[in-house]
Amino acid sequence: MCLGIPGKVLETYQQDGLLMGKVDFGGAVRESCLAYTPDIEVGEYVIVHVGFAISTLSEKEAQETLEALRSVYLLEEELGPEEAG
Amino acid sequence: MKYISDYRDADLTQGLLQELRDCITQPWVVMEICGGQTHAFVRYGIDQLLPKHLTLVHGPGCPVCVTSLELIDKAIAIAAREDVIFTSYGDMLRVPGTERDLFSVRADGGDVRVVYSPLDAVRIAQKHPDREVVFFAIGFETTAPANAMSVVQAKALGLENFSLLVSQVRVPPAMHAILGSEESRVQGFLTAGHVCSVMGYWEYPPIAERYGVPMSVTGFEPLDLVQGLLDVVQMLEAGDVAVHNSYSRAVTFEGNQLAQKLLANTYETCDRAWRGIGVIADSGWRLNPAFEFFDAEKRFDVGDIQSKESEVCIAGEILQGLKIPTQCPAFGSLCTPEHPLGATMVSSEGACAAYYRYRRSPSSE
Amino acid sequence: MSADSIKMEGSVCPVPLQHEQKIVVGHGSGGRMTARLIAQRFLPAFDNEALAKGDDAGVVELAEAGRIAVSTDAHIVVPLFFPGGDIGSLAVCGTVNDLAMVGAQPRWLTASFILEEGLAMTSLEAVIASMQAAAREAGVTIIAGDTKVAEHGKVDGMFISTAGVGWVPPGRCISGAGAQPGDVVLLSGTLGDHGIAVLAARGDLEFEVELESDIAPLNSMVEAILAAASGVHVLRDPTRGGLATTLNEIAFQSGVTIRLKENELPLRPAVSAACEMLGFDPLYVANEGKLTAIVAPEDAEQALAAMQHSPYGSDACVIGQVEEGPAQVVMETVIGGTRIVDVLAGEMLPRIC
Repeated sequence: MCLGIPGKVLETYQQDGLLMGKVDFGGAVRESCLAYTPDIEVGEYVIVHVGFAISTLSEKEAQETLEALRSVYLLEEELGPEEAG
Repeated sequence: MKYISDYRDADLTQGLLQELRDCITQPWVVMEICGGQTHAFVRYGIDQLLPKHLTLVHGPGCPVCVTSLELIDKAIAIAAREDVIFTSYGDMLRVPGTERDLFSVRADGGDVRVVYSPLDAVRIAQKHPDREVVFFAIGFETTAPANAMSVVQAKALGLENFSLLVSQVRVPPAMHAILGSEESRVQGFLTAGHVCSVMGYWEYPPIAERYGVPMSVTGFEPLDLVQGLLDVVQMLEAGDVAVHNSYSRAVTFEGNQLAQKLLANTYETCDRAWRGIGVIADSGWRLNPAFEFFDAEKRFDVGDIQSKESEVCIAGEILQGLKIPTQCPAFGSLCTPEHPLGATMVSSEGACAAYYRYRRSPSSE
Repeated sequence: MSADSIKMEGSVCPVPLQHEQKIVVGHGSGGRMTARLIAQRFLPAFDNEALAKGDDAGVVELAEAGRIAVSTDAHIVVPLFFPGGDIGSLAVCGTVNDLAMVGAQPRWLTASFILEEGLAMTSLEAVIASMQAAAREAGVTIIAGDTKVAEHGKVDGMFISTAGVGWVPPGRCISGAGAQPGDVVLLSGTLGDHGIAVLAARGDLEFEVELESDIAPLNSMVEAILAAASGVHVLRDPTRGGLATTLNEIAFQSGVTIRLKENELPLRPAVSAACEMLGFDPLYVANEGKLTAIVAPEDAEQALAAMQHSPYGSDACVIGQVEEGPAQVVMETVIGGTRIVDVLAGEMLPRIC
């Protein structure tokens, strides 16, 4: 139920009454249905599952999570083994 | 890819794993209920890097595995018809029915086609107005919006030769069934990230409350998985019961409301039989009366099917997290991916297939 | 087998129309049409004495004493033409590579064609030209052939079956059973290019990639490796079933454990992205211009340098090592975990989970 991967929206268009778009998954491009993410803009990211964008990917949340994790869990790396807790 | 490789960072993942080892003080049992997460844990070897105190069990999160035997047999009966083009996600082709699987229907001349997206099936129906095109609509809530859109589109385009064979299942009732069972030893839960992308996670706090089980909405990359586990263990250690979001880049509390609205307009809840577990009340979706015309079970006469499971297969116990695949006597001997006894060995996200492919024996590294 | 010069056509004439645009059943009947097809299409391209003689078998001289290597293959691919190659170059290079992997110097090929009634003549011409170009690059000649025509719908355009003959220089002993604990595992370049390029070209899954098949003859790379290093224990090209299947075969033949490092596996972004999208594992995707070499540790550096300086080897790298242990392939994952790499079970299909 789960194979959803992030992709960057390259263009959007209407087809048979549905909002569609060309989405780039980092080197492979496929048409995906954007009907469930109608406010998406070109250049933004979506999570695509079976050819449908089911959610937008919040770059802000992605960055903040990584920063938060890095600040806590990479600290030991920087301090070195003798100083780690 | 930017938002994939960052979440496969070895140093960061190892850092979180160390924290997990440091913070755990007693044994805990945590369940994940998503085939994709099962697959990822084993494929990256994360399950072996977990502290000994932590027992990770796998729930019935594989829609392929839980699709009832009767429905598979119906799919095979429909696919074998000369007037039908049977379309399906790739996962379903090798799942054994009572006698055979969809692959062998194709080998016998049936027109069985793998599609990547349900809209591909709609296109096939447009291209072949003289044939009946049936789409095997399996999945949890993640796949439901896509499946539902296919029938909404078919109706809008006036495609009378299109129909859905529906096997939609819902996570919350399954969680109630598992956590409410007397045999359950599950103390913490990782919820399925992409199910929550669609549905949000507003359905989970009442479940967490009722059973006293903390939960974390979890993604699929190594960092996501360990982050979710760490979050749940931290809650368990502190005695907290709450639902946290460890996949905030793709999940919000309310979820995708547009998708939820379309689902409400297309489907209605129903009881559903979960292969290996039995009927769970309200655990499925079927097409509502407005879309009855597109229901393949009504369109094709497939009522008289006798289904019979293998007696040796313990998929049910595995799907409920009561046993792990290596505890099955048939695992790796009578039952392998080449000759599977049950769906959990066929589907690449089924726990048995994942263990076989990546682990093989209980004593391997 | 001289070209037919009668040109009478029309409803009164018993001689059939000179079908120049498409393959018809008559082309496979063994009569005049077959003869003309061979004379006008095949002979000029596969230009050599043995074939031109027109006997039932091609006869050639083997100057050296010693062993010969013989390989055979059937080639089925849809679509027939795809970025980076076609069924013709696939057939020639696949056969050349099979011979090269046992240390043979490929010399002569046979090519048997089963053509679909209705196949465009221009398609056949293009495939023949492609085969001749590949043969020239590899330094082989096609000295025997056959043509049959099957009814429309019984064949996907064309099937080609080949046999290859090569000479094995004395002292060469390269076999899948030769891997030893301590050996280094080398790979000549990026994984999965062919499989994904063909899948994209087929169109059923409707995705686009900027990617070409990696079809290539590897015999000159093999000669360079063997000249540079004496401890080359195993050579194999990971075609159907991908690198995972190939390494498992070697692990079983040699009775060793092969340990890979996921971080070291070279992958083009297009292949990586397509695999993520479809739920494929690049370790199982076909390659047609890559080889894996298992060499003694003291020879690894020279062997790798020889690969990197060969055509088609610029991305060559070390991907793992051989250890004592049960016959299996294991891999250190990108996050430092371990998993078993099994053989491919059945066909790889796009998945939703």
